Amino acid sequence: MKDTLNNQPDTMKKPDPEKGISRRKFFKYMGTGIATYFVWTDYLASEALFPGENAQAVPDQLSSWIHVSETGAITVYTGKVEVGQNIRTSLTQVVAEELFVPVSAITLVMGDTQLTPYDRGTYGSLTTPQMAPILRKAAASLREILLQEARKEWNLGEVELTLEKGTVQHPGNGKKLGYGSLAKAKHLLQPMDENVKTIHPDKWKVSGTSVGKINGEDFITGKHRYVSDRVLPDMVYGKVLRAPVYGAKLLRADTTRAAELPGVQVVKEGDFIGVTAANSRTAAMALAMIEAEWEKSPQVPGNQLFEHLEESAGNTDPVPAAVTDAFSNATTKVAHDFKVSYIAHVPLEPRAGLARWTGDQLEVWTGTQRPFGVQEELEHAFSIPKEKIRVYMPDTGSGYGGKHTGEAGIEAAKLAKATGRPVKVNWTREEEFKWAYFRPAGLIRVKAALTGNRISSWEFHNFNSGGAGISSPYSGQNNYQEYHRSDSPLRQGSYRALASTANIFAIESIVNDLAGMARTDPMQFRLDNLEDERLKAVIKAAGKSFGWNRKKVSANHGFGMACAAVKGGFVATFAEVAVDPDSRELKVLGAVTAFECGAILNPRHLESQITGCVLQGLGGALFEAVEFNEGNVSNAFLSSYRVPRFKDVPEMKVVLVNRKDLPSSGAGEAPITCIAPAIRNAIDDAVGVKLYDLPMLPSGVVPRS
Amino acid sequence: MKISVNNKEYTVEVDGNPSLLEVLREQLDLTGTKYGCGEAACGACKVLVNGTPTPACITPVTSVQGKQVLTIEGLETEGKLHPVQQVFLEEDVFQCSYCAPGMIMTAVALVENQKAMGEQEIIDGMNGNICRCCTYPAIVKALHKLTQTETKG
Ligand code: FES
Ligand code: FES
Repeated sequence: MKDTLNNQPDTMKKPDPEKGISRRKFFKYMGTGIATYFVWTDYLASEALFPGENAQAVPDQLSSWIHVSETGAITVYTGKVEVGQNIRTSLTQVVAEELFVPVSAITLVMGDTQLTPYDRGTYGSLTTPQMAPILRKAAASLREILLQEARKEWNLGEVELTLEKGTVQHPGNGKKLGYGSLAKAKHLLQPMDENVKTIHPDKWKVSGTSVGKINGEDFITGKHRYVSDRVLPDMVYGKVLRAPVYGAKLLRADTTRAAELPGVQVVKEGDFIGVTAANSRTAAMALAMIEAEWEKSPQVPGNQLFEHLEESAGNTDPVPAAVTDAFSNATTKVAHDFKVSYIAHVPLEPRAGLARWTGDQLEVWTGTQRPFGVQEELEHAFSIPKEKIRVYMPDTGSGYGGKHTGEAGIEAAKLAKATGRPVKVNWTREEEFKWAYFRPAGLIRVKAALTGNRISSWEFHNFNSGGAGISSPYSGQNNYQEYHRSDSPLRQGSYRALASTANIFAIESIVNDLAGMARTDPMQFRLDNLEDERLKAVIKAAGKSFGWNRKKVSANHGFGMACAAVKGGFVATFAEVAVDPDSRELKVLGAVTAFECGAILNPRHLESQITGCVLQGLGGALFEAVEFNEGNVSNAFLSSYRVPRFKDVPEMKVVLVNRKDLPSSGAGEAPITCIAPAIRNAIDDAVGVKLYDLPMLPSGVVPRS
Repeated sequence: MKISVNNKEYTVEVDGNPSLLEVLREQLDLTGTKYGCGEAACGACKVLVNGTPTPACITPVTSVQGKQVLTIEGLETEGKLHPVQQVFLEEDVFQCSYCAPGMIMTAVALVENQKAMGEQEIIDGMNGNICRCCTYPAIVKALHKLTQTETKG
């Protein structure tokens, strides 16, 4: 079998396994050249996104760096990973810009715990606001060093020099010096200059343009190897025995028949039972031949989910009297519960892990948003020091917040250890549905009151789904919001924009209903009650493009809108729906989304993220839901769990608001939040039916009020 | 048993009746064809069997005996991308691209069978393929562009 692991450039020797990469040892690993680096000293503020995550960087370890070698090769090292959000492209653009080289001249090394600096993970829309400015400054610093070296070489004083395509040009005689020759025999490593001058967004030539996906051709020719595609010499395929339902305990298992299959090895370690075989079919067959007995434990019935979330929540803080009084005293008020189902990420590539032991050294390839987190998981699973574990994360078949963990990699490593051979574990779709984790379900309770056109009381409780996006952007007095932790019957975790998808659905529904009670146009009501100018600007931009004031073509059509400020992104979505007067079938006809996230790095990829978010959000809005009862997920297949398809796509329009004067922030999350409330409000506008649950219409039919 | 994939003859192991998908990926190391669901519901595994888009995951390998199987790896001719690949590259449609091989194979059959197509025909023809990153509008736009130019040319 062929070794298919040639994913990283061979630019450096193996780092000292004891230390990672310290300044002192830098060139030992990198070879000669010139480099700039950055060290995380103080962690930039960001909320903890996953339970148990370890936010500790190793002090003094370089946190990202850019290196120019003697051959002029430019290599950038970052701990971020590519899961389809195309940051490999946007980060490369940033570096290319400052160094005056084409993007093709740069190699970005990502997703390898031994080569790249520690990083907590790629999530929370943090890459663009945090990593992009760092790399920009690091690249600009490197440029300044190269210029300085050229001046020395030519014995010039502080004259201006120009750069072009990886060369520095002499101002007088037109001579050129390539970056490679400037780096020759040098060992120059300097920290990034915090105050270095970077190129002004108005002058960007590479950033801000639609550079195509890096290595795009590898993906459309099938050459790119995702983890599930990778093969190691002598490798076998592994499968793991799963409980029939959540919470079941293994009593006994007879593996005799399985072990008799040719080439099959059974691995038993406590409750862990796995098999390996020469191909995945034999492994699956062996697994099916294991006779296991399980003891079930009591689980929450599916139809009692929301009661359970409320009852299992801990003590709640008392709501301030001012808030409840204002509500009691008001004459115009609304109170409602919202129920939000669990939904699944359904990354098209299910979890996959490949593991190889060489002595006590472990290598694991797995598609994860947190390679360093997986390294820690492996450290705990095998009680070996992190330095002996190398985790690779080749560009992966997407995550959407659903791949923060390393299950398949750990399973592969267990099987590999026991069998003494490399093992690959590719999860099936059913396993991905049942044994990964879900976007949390939630119960949201809102009470709000109006005085005139103003919100005078706002009380908001979220049980279980989370605190993200819980703060209302609307001005008003007597605000109270609380997130209550509950016991979740199913395994849950991160999702695109986290709980914002739930919280913003509730906020934007209630605000729309308040506008109706105030007999004010919902867009005007929002503009009157919002303060944030960036948010108001996207509302106006989307409203204009949508034609908010146009006449409806027929009475059963409805217009609706919603807006949100999430993780540095400002979004407004306007939707048009039609409800069939006889069948009551809903059709989403069009959606216009305006989005602003500061200076745009790559318009085409930005538009793709926005469109992708809106359409993924459409699934959660209308029909996606995990069905379960007493620990059993009953729709763990793509034939029974519906995701958006070509035919579900409405007329889509994206309005990009480019604020070159503002720092760039991420776009992979915020735009998912507004489509559900926009559709909900449009349905209300069309037929006067207010919906409160997500998904809103699994059957596709709007109930008669 | 012998099968023909991308105009090449291969001898493959058929004990236990493996799917075409498993044989392509595990025996022939043609991993461009992806697994996404195993039940003909996502299109990630689509290949062309005698020109017809076929989910390899539910196709027993024995059923393609004597037929021509074309996978993403066999699409380029003389080192040149197929026009469908070309237009997807130009229009830069994908995000994670895991759906791309299945999308491309389905689209190849679609445009080869029917040159001039409106957007609705493209949507109908592609609906069996899931892109979880939801790049659908870009895919439709690119294919529409391709079929427009092909008709003109
Ligand atoms: S894997 Fe064959 S259609 Fe999904
Ligand atoms: S681009 Fe990710 S599934 Fe299509």
